[in-house]
Amino acid sequence: MKLAVVVQRYGADINGGAELHARYVAEHLSRHAAVEVLTTCARDYVTWRDEFPAGMEIVNGVPVRRFRVDQPRDPRVFSRWSELVFNHPHSYLDELKWLSAEGPKCTSLLRHLQSADPGYDYVFFFSYRYYHSYHGTKALPSRAILVPTAERDHAIGLALSPRVFRGVRALMYNSPEEKRLIQSVSNNHEVPGVVVGIGSDIPPRPQGERFRQKYGIEGRFALYVGRIDQNKGCNELFSFFLEGLNALPRGLQLVLIGKELLPIPDHPRIRHLGFLDDQDKFDALAAADLLLMPSYYESLSMVALEAWALGKPVLANGKCEVLRGQCVRSRAGLYYETQAEFVETLRAISESRGLNAAFSANGREFFQRHYAWPVIEQKYLDILAQVKEEDARGIHGNGMEPEPGWFARRRKELPPANDVLADLPFGPVLN
Amino acid sequence: MADFNIRTDAVDVEQIMRQIRARIESKRGVDYTEQQIQELANVKLERFLNPKGVRSDLVDQFRRARERKLEPFQPEQYAFDGTLMYGSHRFIIRMFRKLLNPILKLFFNPNTLIQVLDKQTKINALYEQQFILLREKSQQRDEVDVLYYELVHNLVLELTRIGIENRNLKMRLESLSSRMDFDERRARALEGVVQYRPGTGPAREPQQARPRPDERPAPPPVPPASSAPQPVQVQPPQPGTAAEEQAGDSNTARRRRRRRRGRRGGRSRAPGEGMAAGGAPAEVGSPEDSGTPPHGDPTADAASDDASDGDFDDDPAGAGAGAGDGRDDSGEEPDPSAQ
Repeated sequence: MKLAVVVQRYGADINGGAELHARYVAEHLSRHAAVEVLTTCARDYVTWRDEFPAGMEIVNGVPVRRFRVDQPRDPRVFSRWSELVFNHPHSYLDELKWLSAEGPKCTSLLRHLQSADPGYDYVFFFSYRYYHSYHGTKALPSRAILVPTAERDHAIGLALSPRVFRGVRALMYNSPEEKRLIQSVSNNHEVPGVVVGIGSDIPPRPQGERFRQKYGIEGRFALYVGRIDQNKGCNELFSFFLEGLNALPRGLQLVLIGKELLPIPDHPRIRHLGFLDDQDKFDALAAADLLLMPSYYESLSMVALEAWALGKPVLANGKCEVLRGQCVRSRAGLYYETQAEFVETLRAISESRGLNAAFSANGREFFQRHYAWPVIEQKYLDILAQVKEEDARGIHGNGMEPEPGWFARRRKELPPANDVLADLPFGPVLN
Repeated sequence: MADFNIRTDAVDVEQIMRQIRARIESKRGVDYTEQQIQELANVKLERFLNPKGVRSDLVDQFRRARERKLEPFQPEQYAFDGTLMYGSHRFIIRMFRKLLNPILKLFFNPNTLIQVLDKQTKINALYEQQFILLREKSQQRDEVDVLYYELVHNLVLELTRIGIENRNLKMRLESLSSRMDFDERRARALEGVVQYRPGTGPAREPQQARPRPDERPAPPPVPPASSAPQPVQVQPPQPGTAAEEQAGDSNTARRRRRRRRGRRGGRSRAPGEGMAAGGAPAEVGSPEDSGTPPHGDPTADAASDDASDGDFDDDPAGAGAGAGDGRDDSGEEPDPSAQ
């Protein structure tokens, strides 16, 4: 079986959520099938500027074929289209223009997919909201398996998205909340889908003491790992932490790991260590008291899973339904929505040893049961077997719906994406 | 922290969150640190002490009331009588009006009109006088209102200050109760782990195992008539037997502590009771788990603490200086054999 993984960026040093997800899946599926990664030459997700050389290369034993991006993203143009389609009535054509403005527009990749030569049995498309996923699934609907990595963001309310969700052969959801969100917006219940998520390669013995010595960190600390960005809720995190400083457990520090995209408050109890490699990251997790996940939008938090794998409780932003659902289902973390809740939950985790121990045990068990690599790989293999069996029976899925005609696609009758999003169900899936 | 009624083997995150939210809503004083209480009190006091921050917008209302003064109303008054109706500065016109007056009276009665207008003139004058009186009264009322405002404002401030102080005192009381309870528990825990090294055991213990009350020998004869208490003297340990005696002392002390714990067991949890039947761990956030002051009913805790005040047998004075006085501070009678 020959498989392709199509993703907007790819590389051993690219740690974006969907991109890392794609890399892990490609590397693990390569043990069971011939896998080739199709991606762009971009490294920066803001500009999609070509930085990698085009052509073939091997990344961690997986062949990667890179294609040049047609044009980098113009943030002003993209912003204007976003304002239109998210907040105003618009046409289908407007959404297509928004998709092109978002990028990475890579027609050479699409031409490669449409050519008869590659002979991929099935193609995994990562992230529904990008150019390659919409046009790629439209080109190969009967072989397209989508890993949507959908969050509760504006793009899910566009009219483009449900067509993709209904047209592919199968969907690999990251969480029950994501599945409910997509099924609500697209009514694609007949499309095979399974909640998979992603595993992580947890080192057998991460050493917290090594991390403490290397970075000179003493005492207890709560850890944040990820981009230090407003979209990730870091502003709110800083505000909650500093406002509740007197009520927080004594001496508890906030340690930040990741690229800094916004100013970090200068305070002796806040430490920023920058971007760290995996070993240091896992050492930091091992040394931490708990992991903080302040993000509002997540389809699946890999670092939360890694924390649970290491027996660390997670304190998540309750406004993110996925994180909240994960905390509830795992029984290994708490969530907050207000400053008072932030303080109280942080104290509960830090100071109640019994609760901490229970969270630790539950987290390990949750990870092993749902996110260990054998479990993840088996789910992928099962869905491949299912679509293969359907192919053998002559069932090739619904196929992509035909696009609106010339006049229909110019009719400004589509509601703002935000209005659509507001009507979708919200909250964790507890059953 | 966290008096969660959640078992560790069945953690329900939603339940924990409900408890946390309930706690936030109630926000008992024990959750505040001293610094927080001070900050809270200062913030509120500042807000209320500043007249601009008075929620009842008393100042604005008062200011508006003062600005709503009566406008000076002095309509032009007129006099009216019959001559004015027909009068004119020109003689000829005046004469013609008088001549034609009878003809005019053929059409209507001008006398009635003259009377009504005259009455209206008098009424206007009366109202003007009344208005002047009202304005004077209003000015007097404004002056009194200033005094009322100051009085009410001061009352609001004092009431607010007293309310906040009352609340702060309540919170401080709860906090102190909780801390006292925590200190008591910590003292008990420390008491349980104290081990005397040979040579440093409490010399106040008798050199022989203390007889049980039913085996206790008859008290020695009362010393000769000396009303002043005799200073307690302890014989130094004899060389060669010191280790045995110290070991014996240590064992005796342990047995005594065990006995006291046994007596105390009825009202406080013994070590190991935190484990539920079947080896299940204690409830999450139990005081033994948390290592921080519990947030239970402080009055109940204080009551139990009062009952256990006499259980300490190794307070600093007893362990150190107490070695010289040989007094058993366990609440029992001193053993005369120690003297």
